[in-house]
Amino acid sequence: MDLLDDEAFAQVLPRVLSAALTTGADFAEIFASDWRGTGVGLDDGKIEQLSTGRNRGAGIRVIAGETTGFAHTADISEAGLLAAARVAAEAARQGGGGTRVVALDERPRRVVSPIEIDPSSIGKAAKVELLRRVDDAARSAGGVITQVSAGYSDGCTHIVIANSDGLLVRDERVRTLLRVSAVANGDTGMQTGFDSLGHTMGFELFDKVSVEEVARTAAHRAITKLKARPAPSGSMPVVIKAGSGGVLFHEACGHGLEADLVAKGASVYKGKVGELVASPLVTLVDDGTMTHEWGAIAFDDEGHPSQYNVLIENGVLTDYMWDYLRARKEGRPQSGNGRRQSYKDLPMVRMTNTYVLNGEEEPADIIKDTKSGVYVAHLGGGSVNTATGDFVFGMTEAYLIENGEITEPLREGNLIGNGPQVLRDIDRLGNDFAMGNPGTCGKDGQGVPVGDGQPTLRVKSLTIGGTAA
Amino acid sequence: MSSPDRSGELLSIAERVVAMAKPGEQVEAYVSRGLSTDVRVYEGEVEHFVSAQSEGIGIRVIRDGRTGTSYCGTLDPAQIAEVLAEARDNLSYGEPDEWAGLATPDGVAVTPQNLWDDSLESTSTARKIELAKELERLARSGDSRVRVDDSNYSDAFGEAAVATTTGIRVAGRENGCYLSVGTLADDGDETQTGFGFAVGRNTDELDIDKAARDAVDRATRLLGATKPASRRITVVLDPYVTAQFLGIIGGTLNGESVVKGRSLFAQRLGETVASPLFTLVDDPTNPMAYTATDIDGEGLAARRNTLIDDGVLKTFVQSSYSARRMGVSTTGNGVRGGYAGSPSAGCLALQIAPGQRKQDEIIAGIDDGILIQQVQGLHSGVNPVSGDFSTGAAGLMISKGSVGAPVREFTIASTLQRMLLDIAEVGGDLEWLPMRATGVSLVIHDVTLSGS
Repeated sequence: MDLLDDEAFAQVLPRVLSAALTTGADFAEIFASDWRGTGVGLDDGKIEQLSTGRNRGAGIRVIAGETTGFAHTADISEAGLLAAARVAAEAARQGGGGTRVVALDERPRRVVSPIEIDPSSIGKAAKVELLRRVDDAARSAGGVITQVSAGYSDGCTHIVIANSDGLLVRDERVRTLLRVSAVANGDTGMQTGFDSLGHTMGFELFDKVSVEEVARTAAHRAITKLKARPAPSGSMPVVIKAGSGGVLFHEACGHGLEADLVAKGASVYKGKVGELVASPLVTLVDDGTMTHEWGAIAFDDEGHPSQYNVLIENGVLTDYMWDYLRARKEGRPQSGNGRRQSYKDLPMVRMTNTYVLNGEEEPADIIKDTKSGVYVAHLGGGSVNTATGDFVFGMTEAYLIENGEITEPLREGNLIGNGPQVLRDIDRLGNDFAMGNPGTCGKDGQGVPVGDGQPTLRVKSLTIGGTAA
Repeated sequence: MSSPDRSGELLSIAERVVAMAKPGEQVEAYVSRGLSTDVRVYEGEVEHFVSAQSEGIGIRVIRDGRTGTSYCGTLDPAQIAEVLAEARDNLSYGEPDEWAGLATPDGVAVTPQNLWDDSLESTSTARKIELAKELERLARSGDSRVRVDDSNYSDAFGEAAVATTTGIRVAGRENGCYLSVGTLADDGDETQTGFGFAVGRNTDELDIDKAARDAVDRATRLLGATKPASRRITVVLDPYVTAQFLGIIGGTLNGESVVKGRSLFAQRLGETVASPLFTLVDDPTNPMAYTATDIDGEGLAARRNTLIDDGVLKTFVQSSYSARRMGVSTTGNGVRGGYAGSPSAGCLALQIAPGQRKQDEIIAGIDDGILIQQVQGLHSGVNPVSGDFSTGAAGLMISKGSVGAPVREFTIASTLQRMLLDIAEVGGDLEWLPMRATGVSLVIHDVTLSGS
């Protein structure tokens, strides 16, 4: 059965919502999803395995006052859904009861990222072939490449969301991802390089972007580091290449602007709306509507349409990000940021595509004007403590800047800083905006796809966690 | 009240799949089912109550060295048939690997573990909620500067079974409960965070006082912390940090990484790779270990393996695949991440051989050092292939034998290879943590601190 066109399924929903409201709750919601995906793994020169999977089920959320009850089930028959609804309703029991009839009004379908070629319509052989090309390209990037692993994955999710406010939303999401990791071996030991390509797009992605290019980028990162010297230790100016440092904003302030953390006083940005929290150069946006980007969504996982939300404008904090629960408490509109990993999870406030808008400078001038520092060309993951603002992120491709020029490559290390401080310390902003690699943002045990981006920029002072004096 | 072990039903499902194998095929079916509860309390009220039920099956088919897999999140018989057909179809796209194959029973006796406690099942919902509320109260009353971010009770009941055409037939079940609390401590404009946790097979085993105390202590001890000056320094890793460090070391001692050319320690068997003070075993048969288990992810007996003995590299952990490829016996270290994944080699329950002295005795002998109480960004700053190690950290300065001012927003860096050799002392303060490794205070010389 296909959730998207099954009318019998849609007719069950009001009855399930009514059942969920019988214990006196003021809100009930069904999030049903059917995910199908394919994954191919290549390692050690071989296609190791092709795997296909399907996860289908529904999560039922019942809110009564300050309490949320939630239950999920893989059984999406009426009986299965009613059983889950009763469990969720019991969990949020408020004593009262009664019968409420729910009438659903289906919202028009909305397409943010049009799909040209559904990956499930493509033969498995074509997906395998992509990885063979990746392996060839990475290995031919240099004789020092001794190992390559690569993964292809696609997934299509059909989603139905219905709630007791009468909302009914149906959506289809397609994402396609390629990951390449290479090992180079030299006199100094082994080094690794990684690159990835992921979009809210179908298989046409590979008509638009060369997989060989992704493979060569990963290989070159590994090869370059064979000649790298240990990263420096201490605080210094850091120039971050366009499209490689969005994670800095994701960690340094994005999480701190999530209304659930703000509400609990677990954010350094609590009570700062209207205040200057960053360099006036910085305008930060969270944008779920950014077509084809990894964090793009037509609707969030509570059925609210995705939006373009300005969080910081010319350095001034303008707004936080909101989900249903937090917006309801504050009596304000949602912002399209209620997301969840799957039907098994409760939604919470999450980012989508978070990025800094262009500045005015030529990136070359920013480097030229930096006497000594570090140029970061690629970042790995990061994390933040939102209550203190302290964050770290790993640099996976970086170089020294000496007398205004990019010179020696550096080995890996973490950068560490404090979010509010770093935002104020951004003193140069380029005009070469680019989005970065696809990311998975983790919060409270749930991972969701996110994007980030920024132009080339300079932070006056960041602490580089290397070993060289 | 005692509930019957129903994992046999899962084994029957797995056996039915395996019985459908065609000549020349190896087939493995892994079937699991679980039930869990999560209660979160905030300011004395239930913030959410989650009741979760999940099930799924993963099927692996191998023929002529080619592997195909498929899975789905239901045990509906019609869908299981589809999963088997898919796995068969998928294998035609895999490339032949002469070492591909399922585990075969190897005669190693299973060390029985007691992983199930009936009394957890009869715990009332009210009691679960009360535990989370009590933990919040205890943490809040521990210090006037402390607020509670969230206080949680969770429990999980899981059953799983594996059957293969090669003769594996195992089924088992496991349950446990968990309390955790996140805290915030405020002093003027400054806020610091902490956490505490407790685990048990039943709710009577949960040390709620310790969870609250740890959460209060962790949040308050960093108030007023400053950024230390950059230098090379001796570090003392707190047991909780050491356990995370051991997890990274364990990841490098892996037969699959060796055969695929990604291990720092390939070609080093029998050589000294660490200080003679350092002995590391992987022992899931020890019932004290949080991740104790009787069988590995491939259905073989879990066993005790000495990885590093007095600094000398003795063994890599092996799955049946990596063992076959290296021409050695499996060490019973197949690790499986649920029904959607295939098993691969990994450590199950790392334990470091403890030394003699307690942490304060160790610190008394250190003139200039730093006690690392928390690390941040191990996933982004450590490269287990090159060995580069860099992590954000926070803790207390050690000066002339005693701990002093709190410090934060700095990194410590070295390489994994050097850190193992630079281990100067292993503490006697062994802690069994709810992780894949035990903790103990660990002293490492000559680490680079990057700060101001």
